Amino acid sequence: MAQPTHGLGGLKYDPAKRTRAPEWNVFGALVLIVVIFEVLNRVNGGSFLFNMRDNVDAIFNQQRLDIMILQVAITGIIAIGVTQVIILGGIDLSSGSVVGATAMIVMSFAQTALVNGNPNPKAIFGDWAMDLPVIVPILIGLACGMAAGFVNGALVAYTRIPPFIATLGMMVSARGVARWWSNGQPVSFPTESYGSLANGDILGGLTFGLISWPGQNPAVIFVILAVLFQLIMLKTLYGKRCYAIGSNEAAARMSGINVDRHKALVYTIAGMLTAVAAILLTSKNLTAQAGMGVMYELDAIAMAVIGGVSLAGGRGSIIGTVLGAAIFSVIISGFTSIRLDAYYQEMVKGAIIVGAVVLDQWRQRTRARG
Amino acid sequence: MSRIILETRGLTKHYGGVHALEDANFVLHEGEHVAVVGDNGAGKSTFVRQVTAVEQRTAGEVIFDGQPVHFAGPLEARQAGIETVFQTLALADDLDVPSNLFLGRELFRFRFGPFSWLDKKTMRDRTLEALKTTAVKIPNVDNPIRNMSGGQRQCVSIARTAAFASKLVIMDEPTAALGVQETAQVENIIRGLKARGIPMILISHNLRQVFDLVDRIVVFRRGRIVASLRKEETDGNDIVSYITGVKGGADTYA
Repeated sequence: MAQPTHGLGGLKYDPAKRTRAPEWNVFGALVLIVVIFEVLNRVNGGSFLFNMRDNVDAIFNQQRLDIMILQVAITGIIAIGVTQVIILGGIDLSSGSVVGATAMIVMSFAQTALVNGNPNPKAIFGDWAMDLPVIVPILIGLACGMAAGFVNGALVAYTRIPPFIATLGMMVSARGVARWWSNGQPVSFPTESYGSLANGDILGGLTFGLISWPGQNPAVIFVILAVLFQLIMLKTLYGKRCYAIGSNEAAARMSGINVDRHKALVYTIAGMLTAVAAILLTSKNLTAQAGMGVMYELDAIAMAVIGGVSLAGGRGSIIGTVLGAAIFSVIISGFTSIRLDAYYQEMVKGAIIVGAVVLDQWRQRTRARG
Repeated sequence: MSRIILETRGLTKHYGGVHALEDANFVLHEGEHVAVVGDNGAGKSTFVRQVTAVEQRTAGEVIFDGQPVHFAGPLEARQAGIETVFQTLALADDLDVPSNLFLGRELFRFRFGPFSWLDKKTMRDRTLEALKTTAVKIPNVDNPIRNMSGGQRQCVSIARTAAFASKLVIMDEPTAALGVQETAQVENIIRGLKARGIPMILISHNLRQVFDLVDRIVVFRRGRIVASLRKEETDGNDIVSYITGVKGGADTYA
């Protein structure tokens, strides 16, 4: 017979025993850092976040908020894909180079025939590729990114080589493609509609009283994609499989999940998000250069890691990465606001990445013991 | 006698020159619980690995539910209705209990390829139900199982097997790493399966447990089945004699 200690008493839902989501810790760190910079600014008679001008009718320092969200929006979009890959138990080092290659290819299909009445001096193709509808370069760009991502995923899944090596190969090769595409020449002068993709503000300065929506299209797209993929990771089979594979690949396999196909899919989606970033970047700059996106992969990985995504796989979330991106951005803007040299920024950035991982490890260990 | 659910005829497995399993003739009837005992290396786990198709057999026949079967892998065996608890835990540490129970057989609100929307509420409700019938005590099913004790995790693994058991359950040393209370829990789950009439093969070193739970005991020695005894016809000393080889020549083979 069942002994009383093994009865049904333990099945009650006890919210107090629920582990606090680690995202709250990241959020706490974000608030703390903001407060520190606010205090440092106040010491000098300024403010980090708040509007200090009498002639402007707003609560927050709108200009700074705009810059803060814009400066991480594009790498943040890459980080959304990288987060999924890391949760899956992989890593993607190729994002920056894929941005470069995709940028060159996309721009070649987004060019306009006449610049100030003269033929486009940077034309890559003939007339047939000029003044195409804006959807053409977008689709070509997404296809490029997905192709690169699929090659990454297929290499990882079907040859079983470590993701580090597979994506390192893509990192080097894609940069090669970017340089080869136009022999290192920049590709410039896009159509007006292509240029407005990243330079407009589709929300048209959405305002609620004294608070207005900060940011332009890249920021809007970043937020939409973050919400979308947070839902996908949390609520759909796709997300469940990512966590399951990252957590215990053998168990996932034994449970009937087609692990290889899922890996290929996740890397492909990460490639697609990288392409979105490349399109926005070229549209924003109105030009494409072979060196675009250098180090973006590391920024994206850093955002995920600061946001609590475990490099061991299985743990983390898109929300965490968004918070990580916010911390990343606050630090850059914060140092600028107290007029600290850019060199120090990089040094501190590195320390924060390492510190975030150390904290995470420490937290895991104390929890395992408790 | 009732219908035969699983039968092996001349089941053999060689690893190169090592004859891990030799000519195993085994029968399991509907609703019957059978223990497989034997020394380390006697061929118990090898036998299970051939039945569940974790490995492919060298020779012999496996007849499951009246049909000769050739499963390509453990997944096909599971789809055919053989649920197995392996010695190594097949759980995802970062997922909560419902996700682990339904791993690979999720329920959906609506289907859209890999982006099908999960029906978390129903899965959670069914998990609580399953845990209730197995009387497994889990403080909070919404926590990742990483934070649970080894015993609790094993219970989740066994609850998964019990919850989806359809035709046959195989447990390979389910209580080897568990404490006293947790062992009692697992034994209760096994009694529950017996009450539901689900046949089971239990591999165990624990003779007390074996005599407590099963109807028949099959003894393996050096890759061969040396005895198949009804619980009433035998006792602990008798079984040990077969395990150690004191008894069990060709003359006593049943």
